[in-house]
Amino acid sequence: MQRIGVFVCHCGSNIAATVDVAKVAEMALMEPGVVHAEDYQYMCSEAGQAKIADAIHEKKLSGIVVCSCSPRMHEATFRKAAERAGLNPYMVEIANIREHCSWIHKDMEEATKKAVILMRAAVAKVNLNTPLQPGESRVTKRALIIGGGIAGIQTALDIADAGYEVDIVEKTPSIGGRMSQLDKTFPTLDCSACILTPKMVEASAHEKINIYTYSEVENVSGFVGDFTVDIRKKARSVDMDKCTGCGVCQEKCPSKKAPSEFNRGLNNRSAIYTPFAQAIPNVPVIDREACIKFKTGKCGICSKVCQAGAIDYEQKDEIITEKYGAIVVATGFDTINLEKYDEYAYSQSKDVITSLELERVMNAAGPTHGHLERLSDGKAPKEMVFIQCVGSRCADDRGKPYCSKICCMYTAKHAMLIRDKYPDVNVTVFYIDVRTPGKNFDEFYRRAVEQYGVNYIKGQVGKVIPQPNGKLLVQGSDLLDNRQILKEADMVVLATAIEPNPDVRKIATMLTASIDTNNFLTEAHAKLRPVESPTAGIFLSGVCQGPKDIPETVAQAGAAAVKAIGLLAKDKLLTNPCTAHSDELLCNGCSTCENVCPYGAITYEDKEVNDHGIREVRRLAVVNSALCQGCGACTVACPSGAMDLQGFSNRQIIAEVDAICR
Amino acid sequence: MSAKKKQAELIEEISGVNPLKCMKCGKCSASCPSYNEMDIKPHQFVSYVINEDVESLVNSASLWKCLSCFACVERCPRDVKPGKLIDAARQMVVRQKEQTYLSPDEIPELLDPELPQQLLVSAFRRYRR
Amino acid sequence: MSIENKNFRPKIVAFCCNWCSYAGADLAGSSRLSYPADVKVIRVPCSCRVNPMFILRAFEKGADGVIMCGCHPGDCHYSTGNYYARRRMTLLFSMLDYIGVENGRTRVEWVSAAEGVKFSDTMNSFVEKIYSLGENVRLGDLRCRS
Repeated sequence: MQRIGVFVCHCGSNIAATVDVAKVAEMALMEPGVVHAEDYQYMCSEAGQAKIADAIHEKKLSGIVVCSCSPRMHEATFRKAAERAGLNPYMVEIANIREHCSWIHKDMEEATKKAVILMRAAVAKVNLNTPLQPGESRVTKRALIIGGGIAGIQTALDIADAGYEVDIVEKTPSIGGRMSQLDKTFPTLDCSACILTPKMVEASAHEKINIYTYSEVENVSGFVGDFTVDIRKKARSVDMDKCTGCGVCQEKCPSKKAPSEFNRGLNNRSAIYTPFAQAIPNVPVIDREACIKFKTGKCGICSKVCQAGAIDYEQKDEIITEKYGAIVVATGFDTINLEKYDEYAYSQSKDVITSLELERVMNAAGPTHGHLERLSDGKAPKEMVFIQCVGSRCADDRGKPYCSKICCMYTAKHAMLIRDKYPDVNVTVFYIDVRTPGKNFDEFYRRAVEQYGVNYIKGQVGKVIPQPNGKLLVQGSDLLDNRQILKEADMVVLATAIEPNPDVRKIATMLTASIDTNNFLTEAHAKLRPVESPTAGIFLSGVCQGPKDIPETVAQAGAAAVKAIGLLAKDKLLTNPCTAHSDELLCNGCSTCENVCPYGAITYEDKEVNDHGIREVRRLAVVNSALCQGCGACTVACPSGAMDLQGFSNRQIIAEVDAICR
Repeated sequence: MSAKKKQAELIEEISGVNPLKCMKCGKCSASCPSYNEMDIKPHQFVSYVINEDVESLVNSASLWKCLSCFACVERCPRDVKPGKLIDAARQMVVRQKEQTYLSPDEIPELLDPELPQQLLVSAFRRYRR
Repeated sequence: MSIENKNFRPKIVAFCCNWCSYAGADLAGSSRLSYPADVKVIRVPCSCRVNPMFILRAFEKGADGVIMCGCHPGDCHYSTGNYYARRRMTLLFSMLDYIGVENGRTRVEWVSAAEGVKFSDTMNSFVEKIYSLGENVRLGDLRCRS
């Protein structure tokens, strides 16, 4: 039997004016287990807390009920007070007789009656309370960044600068990501490579940062502070230690027909390649699909020309297992497949390109060496048409329901750059809305119109018809002039919607991080915790969380780093003891609880149990208390009643129900 | 409920279209092959229904100039489908005649050499039952 | 019949999730938005913690109405808890309906931490409904009644 003390607070007159507090205290003494009851002016004051401490010592209390304001207000206060007096803090319950009683009722008799019932419910609950101990788990002081684009690089640099070890896992042969493919950046028009490459170099040179390129995350287990991750280092076929990055192998490679991923397939690369000149690490990989040696067994030219002897055809994939305290997802984006948008003739004409392809065309290191020319015949275009919102803001299943956010600005940038460099080229932009929220963004767009004479037309394009003479007939509408426009263009650029990297779904599943219907990772709170995943220890950086431009990505990357540092700075994590736990003898191993758990906190293990003398191995649910957040979904789902939630157990809640209905 | 509102709701009911989903991108008008023949343009159909002015829609030339090619229905990114709205308006006209089909005797007098073939086909498709 | 009983005061149990509805109830309190004292709130971590058993237990012990409040769909502190709760309650309520407990005796309402007004309005209308339905006799354990 518990020895319970009941403390009724007057809260000045806030409670005492409508609730007969002395009566509540008096009634409390009639409840089972209650050995002490008193009322006091301000229970939360130092003197009030001292009264609680004194009673704990004198009456040897094992449980406490404070009838006062909302537990959201002072539960922590009273728990701390109890703890200081040597009582387990989880033996304290609050009966909310202020917000839920005295403040909303006027009749004293009625309010007192209700206060008594609320007190009874709390006493009934405390009678079943058990001391709870928060668990501890250790923190591995190392972070993993998945994705080596600008988001991943920035997060890695920020975490490493704070003194923690960071590993970056990047799928492609080089870090740099999408930003390395861009030519210029809005709204300042500085060259993307000029601002990105120093960061790439800094990351690779940083003593705390370790970069795994051409590698993928294979498996994740564990929980916040203690993740175990398998990383697959794909066979590069080149020894990273021996290679000097001279590039002779790429020159001499006879297989030069593989489409260049970096140039969006607009030209070809050799089978042994680095994606781009400033690649980090500057070590090529052999594309085994395209390599003649791997296909036919004959060739081996790269091995012959390599003076460092770095070529290794025998290299195998390697699995590295490493422990991490925090994981940051920075998997970025890709443009959507335009298969379903055949009206824009993307598949029919080489002169219809996406904006990302235009970036490569405009870039000096791109397929046209920076000359704006038609990809079909190499002629300089005279008329260019940009089409906005291709696949963005679509309610149907062809596109994406969201706004891709970056297109309005990069189109203004493209239009401006073209008008600046080639003043004789006419540029027309078909838009639905021009969205330019951001510092200096609208000014930038206005400059494109006013200073550079870009022709903006409000209206969408219905279709693009390739003509026999090689031109493209663009049929669009001008909604402001209420007319249909037929325009011959030399090139058409589609502001293609962006979507999260298709791999993110696989990664999110491994991390048990939640994902929305558009494959963007969900944040823990849309407003107040935008860089954390609901899964503890997982942080979000960049476009994997939602469309973003570069400054926003960098800002978010820094925020994710701070959150990760905040975690890594701790030696141990205290876990909330109000977690679920499973009764081994009742559990039938059905997996129902595992399926409803939003945190992946429940796993199944084969365990030996002693069921009333019968010893046998059974498949049982095991709750990882470091992952469990204590929602209780599993407790209700469990068909055999094995799952229960500490601090809110079935018996406790039923006792409250009974006390209220008594 | 006003008669106008009723008409607009009837259009929405027949077509199964929610005109409020329109984001005014104009892709329908951009796709329309008989745009130049129309007095009310495809993207305007939507606002006529929203503004409960079905009367004008019913009396417009567009009603019979629409080919029912459904390019706008196919390409509309917001599932608004202006072609269905005009189709619904047409059906309303037919229903007002207190019959849901054309009778064979009516066809010769409606037959206009200018009339696009496709419209006839689509009319047969719609009214065959 | 109990409906004629002038002194009838219903017993009403309200399950409120800690993050939204309980806070909403607190806000109703601090805004002094009154609702009848017949409503007693039980705090649960999440609406998905509410076992249909608890509701049956309440009716068995003489409750006349049970209301469950949670975060708005999509706003659950635990991401998906209220979806589970909604499904469970839909099932439970149709079963209660089948065994003759009137639909109005149970309710699910989404109340956010900012909706003190909604909380008090909900409770007022719910209590009114329970008054109109009268005493619950269908599930009550007669041994518990005095």
